[in-house]
Amino acid sequence: MTTATFLIQYLNALQYGLLLFLVASGLTLIFGIMGVINLAHGSFYMTGAYMAYALAPWVEGHLGGGFFVTLAVGVILAVALGYVLEWAFFSYLHEREHLQQVLMTYGLILVFEELRSLIVGDDVHGVKAPEWLAGSIPLGDVMTYPVYRLFMSGVCIVLALAMYWLFRHTRLGMRIRAGSTNREMVQNLGIDVSRLYRVVFAGGVALAVFAGMLAAPVSSVYPGMGNQVLIVCFVVVVIGGIGSIRGALLASLLIGVVDTFGKVLLPQAAGVLVYVLMALILLWKPGGLFKAG
Amino acid sequence: MRATSVPQTVFTVVVFVALAGYAFVGGSFGLDLITKIMIYAIFALSLELIAGGVGLVSFGHAAYFGIGAYAAVLLTPKDGAASLVLLLPAAVCAAALYALAVGALSLRTRGVYFIMVTLAFAQMAYYVAHDTPLGGGTDGIYLTQKPAIGEALNLNQPVMIYGFTLVVLAAVFLFLALLNRSRFGHALAGIRVNEQRMRAMSYSTFGYKLAAFTLSGAIAGFAGFLFAVKDGFVNPELMSWHLSGAVLVMVILGGLGHLRGALIGAFAFVLLQEFFKSEAIFGALAKHWHLGLGLAIIVSVTLLPNGLVGLPAEIKRHLAGTPRDNT
Repeated sequence: MTTATFLIQYLNALQYGLLLFLVASGLTLIFGIMGVINLAHGSFYMTGAYMAYALAPWVEGHLGGGFFVTLAVGVILAVALGYVLEWAFFSYLHEREHLQQVLMTYGLILVFEELRSLIVGDDVHGVKAPEWLAGSIPLGDVMTYPVYRLFMSGVCIVLALAMYWLFRHTRLGMRIRAGSTNREMVQNLGIDVSRLYRVVFAGGVALAVFAGMLAAPVSSVYPGMGNQVLIVCFVVVVIGGIGSIRGALLASLLIGVVDTFGKVLLPQAAGVLVYVLMALILLWKPGGLFKAG
Repeated sequence: MRATSVPQTVFTVVVFVALAGYAFVGGSFGLDLITKIMIYAIFALSLELIAGGVGLVSFGHAAYFGIGAYAAVLLTPKDGAASLVLLLPAAVCAAALYALAVGALSLRTRGVYFIMVTLAFAQMAYYVAHDTPLGGGTDGIYLTQKPAIGEALNLNQPVMIYGFTLVVLAAVFLFLALLNRSRFGHALAGIRVNEQRMRAMSYSTFGYKLAAFTLSGAIAGFAGFLFAVKDGFVNPELMSWHLSGAVLVMVILGGLGHLRGALIGAFAFVLLQEFFKSEAIFGALAKHWHLGLGLAIIVSVTLLPNGLVGLPAEIKRHLAGTPRDNT
């Protein structure tokens, strides 16, 4: 493997890992705070990708277009969606068993997939990256690397830092951290937990939708794309430790590297490698790398 | 364990008698459908054993189902039918072995971790079937010669498979009902309620859990074996997490913690599926049957916290106008 190929694969690994982190952090947050195993999280990612496809023409027509405007509209819609979903489907399940919630999210996956099929159809769509990001930069003599992928990694890093700031240095972040450690205690201290739940759920949905919108130009938009991401995100959450954002970041990057280099070096076993990694880490640390609470 | 009341026993017996009677009147479509449901019921019972009995929710049970199915196909010789007496135990053992290995690793974790870890191990099996040429890759493989015992039991006819599946379902149901009443079953129930206390009483809880998990994998493998024999075809989708999710839905929909819940759940799930798929009722929308199924699941979660098994109690409660006591 030459230096240039190595560098390209490395950048791909980084970009994949960071994207996974965006999706998985929402999953781990929702679980850490609400105790909900959200199987529908992959559907939110898919929804995001389809939004990138479907919203762009609308934004073009009504708001004058623009990549960031489309992203902003998508995120606003996602927050609203998350808020309404939590109110409509989860707010009365808090006292019930986890399994009831699993069942609920399973039902939601089916509904989301079919609504998507009814509204936009089952075709695979490509989404164009904005023109000012469409080029590529040279690496070595013959290789090039697309600017958009670098841009994605950059955006993910900025978001990760913003999340770090939110959790460490704001009141909301403090409540979320406290909530993931001891829910009852937070409630007893007079904090409106159901509002906190709704905010966290909406935030998690927004992260997944944002990740989907960001990934659309690279991965293209296709039915079932959410499920694939969901399962890998489960592995991320398990490796990182449920409820731990730090763990999710480390685990995402680890999986990004293992999966990307696995596909190059060991193509026959690439699908299995990630799960072998998880099994090994669990043998070593049954609670994940950073066990929260 | 939960006490079984007379109406519940009567219900179960009536179901089995009705199923036996159907073998004589059912057409080939009906027989095939009910056979499929009964196989899912066996599968659901295997999950109920650990999810309802021990409180260990496995989200990767399709792996054992799939391994049983794949073993049935891969171990059949190319040039003739395998003997059922050899093939069946081999398939069940293959599933049980994987369950033993997965259980030994994943039982170190608990709660939600266990759910996700079992899922990940199932995905591992799925990718082995999906990416390697071992089991025909994504295309799957056909089972050309169905197993038989001499001339007496030939599983080529639908009615024979129906009968065989029914006998297996009844045997598994009875076995699990007896197991729940045995010392072993009581120990499992104890672990579900309070594992610390069981350990304080010098029970090696890990051994009990591992034994239950392996047994559950074996039964799931049995169901998978039947599925491969019925359809004569296996593909990686048999190990996909969709199936793991579906069987979990059957157990919860029926009512977790009740053997007849698994039975009712399997019937309800597949029949709902068929209902929403029927073009006679939904016309063009039948293509989008997942939508109806998903909404039905959401409604049932909202209205029936104890699953379909709790339906009579729920109706009684409504008639009497008393508030729900266990939410």
